[in-house]
Amino acid sequence: MKRKKAYSRKGAYTWFIVPALVAIFAVIVFPWIFTLWMSLNDWRIGAESKFIGAENFTTLATNARFLSTIPRTFYFTILAVILPVILGVFAAEVFHQNFPLRGFLRGVYIAPMMATPVAIALVFTMMFQPQVGVLNYFLSLVGIPKSLWVYAADTVIPTLALVEVWQWTPLVMLIVLGALASLPTEPYESAVIDGANQWQMFRYITFPLILPFLMIAIIIRTIDALKSFDIIYVISQGGPGTASETINLYLYLQAFSFLQVGHSSAVVVVFFVIILALALTLLYARERLRWNQ
Amino acid sequence: MESVASYRVKKFVNRIALGFAVIVVVSPAIFVFLWMLSLSLKYEIDNIAYPPIFIPNPPTLDNYAKIFRESNYLLYTYNSVIVSGAATLIALLVGVPAGYGIAKGKRQGLGMLIMVARITPGLSYLIPLFMLFRLIGISGSLLALTISHLVLTIPMVVWVMISFFEDMHPELEEAALTDGCNIWQAFYRVAMPIARPGIAVAAILAFIQSWNNFLFGVVIAGRETRTLPVAVFNAMTFEQLSWGPVAAAALVVTLPSLLLTIFVQRDIVTGLAAGSVKG
Repeated sequence: MKRKKAYSRKGAYTWFIVPALVAIFAVIVFPWIFTLWMSLNDWRIGAESKFIGAENFTTLATNARFLSTIPRTFYFTILAVILPVILGVFAAEVFHQNFPLRGFLRGVYIAPMMATPVAIALVFTMMFQPQVGVLNYFLSLVGIPKSLWVYAADTVIPTLALVEVWQWTPLVMLIVLGALASLPTEPYESAVIDGANQWQMFRYITFPLILPFLMIAIIIRTIDALKSFDIIYVISQGGPGTASETINLYLYLQAFSFLQVGHSSAVVVVFFVIILALALTLLYARERLRWNQ
Repeated sequence: MESVASYRVKKFVNRIALGFAVIVVVSPAIFVFLWMLSLSLKYEIDNIAYPPIFIPNPPTLDNYAKIFRESNYLLYTYNSVIVSGAATLIALLVGVPAGYGIAKGKRQGLGMLIMVARITPGLSYLIPLFMLFRLIGISGSLLALTISHLVLTIPMVVWVMISFFEDMHPELEEAALTDGCNIWQAFYRVAMPIARPGIAVAAILAFIQSWNNFLFGVVIAGRETRTLPVAVFNAMTFEQLSWGPVAAAALVVTLPSLLLTIFVQRDIVTGLAAGSVKG
């Protein structure tokens, strides 16, 4: 009797989900399926489409321009993950202390990740200006030669990553700050008695304890950095040449400048597989970590 | 044994070090926003001066007047408000009950679906939606933009609400159910009022997400339906680049997001960490 009631109640909760399910189906699941279908066709907006099976994928495997976007995207992603993790842990340690105006300053610190990326990108574009930009002025103050920032092929990716780091380090900080707040105090007390210094306490107590949270931050950051678009598109548009053309930029160009929706759908599928594979690998690493502890 | 004096010196040195660390950590964020403000308040001649002029002297509001007078920023603001407002409202209407249903009915499948949506690149929604909108003849309209923004807002609201309803104590609703309420009434009269802070957080995060979005607008919007981020981007590329007006426009776009952030500062992690879809 009781069991039957619980069962029917679970059924009743379904009705709460139905409207969202319909909407999610229309704007999320339908595009997924349609993308898969387009990726199997020779399809250009405004022209007849033709089913060609896996041909879009096989031509992609030999497309030099597309293939060059992959290591470039990884280079950008590695910078945009590792630097925020290091700086974010440091910032979290700072915000874990007590100091005047802490709440206000924390709000200021996380403002970059809530600000409109296009607006941020525009301001950085002006700051990167090689002749009169303010960043080169700062470099000149400390005696470093002027940089071309986004205007040179070899500095464009690190420079764009710098903007991404500026914008998203606060997210890592917030995740780690939450982790620090949940730590037990006993290990630190005994460490102090044993005469451990600050670095040893961080290395042997704090770091292992926050590592699972750090892995979450790394996973989120990796997914977002791989997909980064606004910053790159506004600041460099993939240039100079194709020096900062990441997978997402290439994808956008193929789809909406060249209207090759069949080809770009195949790129979407490959891109999704790359993101999923990396996310699952990191997730697996996190589980391993938990098992070892 | 340490003397009291040396202990005090040590403590003082620690405080100085902490103060220094705080400045190092916070100043990049402060500088960029202040520089944005400074550029927007200076005449063009001061903006391209080298070495740079930091404090506007005299300050001017010309740049702000210019963008509202010479470009259609009022229209773009209106577009942004309508699109983000409608997309947030619809997301709340379908997302709050869904979050409740998933949390109470233990429907993990839909939660998984939303996680996968989080991982998917934004362009993979955009190409099919773009073609669909052309097919049914609404491409370039505010309606099309609003529909596309649901890709951002619905997962965000559902995600925040799941975690909120899961953390809520079930006793009150159980009591309501025993007293003869049906499930809908238990949700509407008991759970929803308790969840009001959670709904506010979900709404603000979804709104900011939609407000900040550039990619969907740049693809779908027409000349008259541009949202603010698209308009600001166009200001940079199609006109002679003048820094003052661009900085003023950038500040106008980003100000609502920054102001709303103040309200949800504490709760931001939950939402951003898992519920958002990014280009």
